[in-house]
Amino acid sequence: MIGALGTLIRRELMLAFGLGGGTRGSAGFIMPIIFFLAVATIYPFAVGPDVQLLGRTGGGVIWVAALLASILPIDRLVQADVDQGMIDQYVVRGLSEELIALAKTIGHWLSFGPPLMLAAVISAGLLGQTSEQLLTIEIGLACATPALAALGVMIASLTAGLRHGAALGGLLLLPLAVPLLIFGAGSLAPGSQNGLLLLAAASLLLTVICPIAAGAAIRAGRE
Amino acid sequence: MAQDAAQTKGFDADAALECTGLACVRGGRMLFRGVSFALAAGEALHVTGPNGLGKSSLIRVLAGLLPAYAGAVKATGRMALADEKVALDQGQPLGRALAHWTQLDGSADAAIAGALAAVDMAHLADVPVRFLSTGQRKRALLARISLSRAAIWLLDEPANGLDTASIERLGGLMAAHRANGGIVLAASHQPLPLEGAQTLPLAAFVPAVLDEPA
Repeated sequence: MIGALGTLIRRELMLAFGLGGGTRGSAGFIMPIIFFLAVATIYPFAVGPDVQLLGRTGGGVIWVAALLASILPIDRLVQADVDQGMIDQYVVRGLSEELIALAKTIGHWLSFGPPLMLAAVISAGLLGQTSEQLLTIEIGLACATPALAALGVMIASLTAGLRHGAALGGLLLLPLAVPLLIFGAGSLAPGSQNGLLLLAAASLLLTVICPIAAGAAIRAGRE
Repeated sequence: MAQDAAQTKGFDADAALECTGLACVRGGRMLFRGVSFALAAGEALHVTGPNGLGKSSLIRVLAGLLPAYAGAVKATGRMALADEKVALDQGQPLGRALAHWTQLDGSADAAIAGALAAVDMAHLADVPVRFLSTGQRKRALLARISLSRAAIWLLDEPANGLDTASIERLGGLMAAHRANGGIVLAASHQPLPLEGAQTLPLAAFVPAVLDEPA
């Protein structure tokens, strides 16, 4: 079972990073990162180059951008595998839908979380964040990105097979990700370390529940 | 010696597939009911009938992908499923796409070349799957099945899109699998090269009253 999980994760990474030419468009991991950086780049144009204003509001913008960036990969996570019959083949081999969803979550996080945290360093620079603020943002993103990845896989499983599933996926993800935004951005206010603890708790809950829900959704979608 | 054979083909000699009173309901309509058969090692079953009768649904019920409305399936040995979906990554070279399945099935990567040669595709191992033609995809799918080390082959329209020479190769693969003690269950509206196979005309199991809600 562990060996199968490793094989599935390896395939997810190969497709996400476009090694050997993935079905999901080569190097699909890069689009959310570019989007994330684009938001950080245009925000100062909109509010002006006031360093104090940017320093106060920039952290929140980074969190909003991270949330929106996590919507972009949703449409390529599950749909293609259902259409191609990959999921059917896994199930015939006795792999549970929950294990498939877990492999997808881990693979998706590895291609989404660390690149986003790297990009956050550049964003923080563009938005006038201090090094303490950057550290809080990075810890927050480290806590929140597993949950964002798990939510993405769950919603991709729910919307696989629906018309306009991608647009619907974005609408479904945002309300579920609001707790992450509140605690993540909230932890940036001075003297509110508890925000990170609550963020970690919310993230842990979502990361555990989502693969189970995603597995049930894949099973129900096969009917 | 017997153990060596089991290791190369990947399954034990006592493969069996049995189902009793199988019924399937899709979209509120009963497709078939009362389907029963028993297959022992080396045997084959050809499910016949026109399109839309439920042959694919029968195969998906047997594979455990659809719930049975009634009845039970008892399988000894692992199953391999070949339906209209090729389940190979479109962007990957054929050999690497097959390697994903050999890793999951525990067969040796070295076996891939042999399986591709058996369907006359050895020269296409480096070609990405998306560049293969319909018939070539179908043959790649056969290579995937023969690499699966599964005792029970469930084939849905295996001869679709194949030319005469490839249908002969399909016959050879199925005969070799049965000679090894494997089981072949194939659903097709057209004749298949399956010697000595039982036939199951699915039309005989379709409920007569179709407009009565199930």
